[in-house]
Amino acid sequence: MSGLILGIETSCDDTGAAVVSEDLEIVSNVVARQLEVHARYGGIVPEIASRVHVSEVMPTVARALAEAGVRGEDLAALAVTRGPGLIGSLLVGVSAAKALALAWDRPLVGVNHLEGHLASASLGAETVAYPCLVLLVSGGHTLLAEVAAPGAYRVLGATRDDSVGEAYDKVARLLGLGFPGGPVIDRLALQGTDRLGFPRPMLHEGLDFSFSGLKSAVVNLVRREAELPVEDVAASFAAAVMDVLLAKLDRALQRPGFRSLAVVGGVAASPILRQRLEEIRQRRGIQVCLPPIALATDNAAMIAAAAWPQLRRDGANALDFGADAGLTLPEAGPTPGGAAPAPGAR
Amino acid sequence: MPTVRTTSAAETRQVAAALEPLLGAGDLLVLSGDLGAGKTAFVQGLAAALGVTGRVTSPTFTLAHTYQGRLRLHHLDVYRFADPSEVLDLDLPELLADDAVTAVEWGETVLSELPGDFLRLEIRFGGPEESPDVRWLDFEPQGAGWRARAAALEAALEGGALPAPRRGAAAGSETG
Repeated sequence: MSGLILGIETSCDDTGAAVVSEDLEIVSNVVARQLEVHARYGGIVPEIASRVHVSEVMPTVARALAEAGVRGEDLAALAVTRGPGLIGSLLVGVSAAKALALAWDRPLVGVNHLEGHLASASLGAETVAYPCLVLLVSGGHTLLAEVAAPGAYRVLGATRDDSVGEAYDKVARLLGLGFPGGPVIDRLALQGTDRLGFPRPMLHEGLDFSFSGLKSAVVNLVRREAELPVEDVAASFAAAVMDVLLAKLDRALQRPGFRSLAVVGGVAASPILRQRLEEIRQRRGIQVCLPPIALATDNAAMIAAAAWPQLRRDGANALDFGADAGLTLPEAGPTPGGAAPAPGAR
Repeated sequence: MPTVRTTSAAETRQVAAALEPLLGAGDLLVLSGDLGAGKTAFVQGLAAALGVTGRVTSPTFTLAHTYQGRLRLHHLDVYRFADPSEVLDLDLPELLADDAVTAVEWGETVLSELPGDFLRLEIRFGGPEESPDVRWLDFEPQGAGWRARAAALEAALEGGALPAPRRGAAAGSETG
């Protein structure tokens, strides 16, 4: 056992703790889900989220350590999500991680949640080859980035309004399907037909995304035609989303030099998206890296996985770093394979 | 109460731009309207008119975004809140004291926690005989500060950047 990192993730609704080895083997991965609480409200309720994190974080950490059979004092380091996310929720994880790092006298790495998602692709079956094109599709984010090497990102495009996950959740709410919207819409979509002619916003335009107009088109239609089969609405909506995502991926992959494509974030669990990615893999002959389905949504294993290269590159953080709700992806210059500066690390 | 009809998200953004010169530090806008009504589009128009150059995206998941223009702009979304008191988590009083304009989407759910002086905007969908992109924007000044600006508000909306602004007499009577 070369060394183990304990990752802690509390950026949104789930409390996660995981132990990951230096060769990215997941030794334990515990997620305490708040879905049951949140489903009643049709979304994530931050006050409840931060309160539940407070009660869940220490038991979750204890379980992750017990399942890994390691003591806190014997870890190589701890890692915690420092942003972006809900500030109240982030603070719970960051405070707990700092206290544990002090108590166990272990180094602590503050990890960008977005870099955690990007690292989740390394936890799948395929080894990520760089430079890699990454599509991050989740509730809070929708972006395309070029990753020259772990830590060296260049954002190529992002949403101008709603994220993919948000569009899914809002359409699900409109159709009375509950939260989260992704799994239920995809399941219904497989039983319906793409026949409603929803728009494919910005399909032929650059690498940015826009999903607000699609959401409005669904709203406008559903408000007027109450008798529409929900399966067809779901199928037509999902097809529009996927057509846009695939078109952007195709356009981005026209740039030379990419050796793999990684698709990460909660929407990467979508069976419809995975099916469509198989098309792109065959057509373009590019290696497609996906996180295991359980690691597409928020989890602590991806935080620990992102912490390993960061620890090797930049070392640990001083304990005076704070949570940052608005943290963005650290942008590197367009030098492929070059060592990226690492803001905030020391 | 001024009411404006728009026929596209772009026109909704123009109405926001027409309103912008009235705004000062500490102003609060409370936006209501169903999914897809154009609340974020309105805030995008406001931000652009304030001189914000960055991208203004939906804060539904992230809850709060802050932009810098002529004034600072706080863009909040309380769509996912179940209880009005959760707005306390956003430190709204501090945001309002921050010499900024604050726009709260789905703000009707937290009215009980808001200060009494704000401009309320409700965006309604058009009637079934209208184009599906039609929206009716009802503005309602609340509190002394905004009521004192009611005439200026009407003038701004009437003479604003809109190609064809139309005022209705009262909410609910225009859609037929």
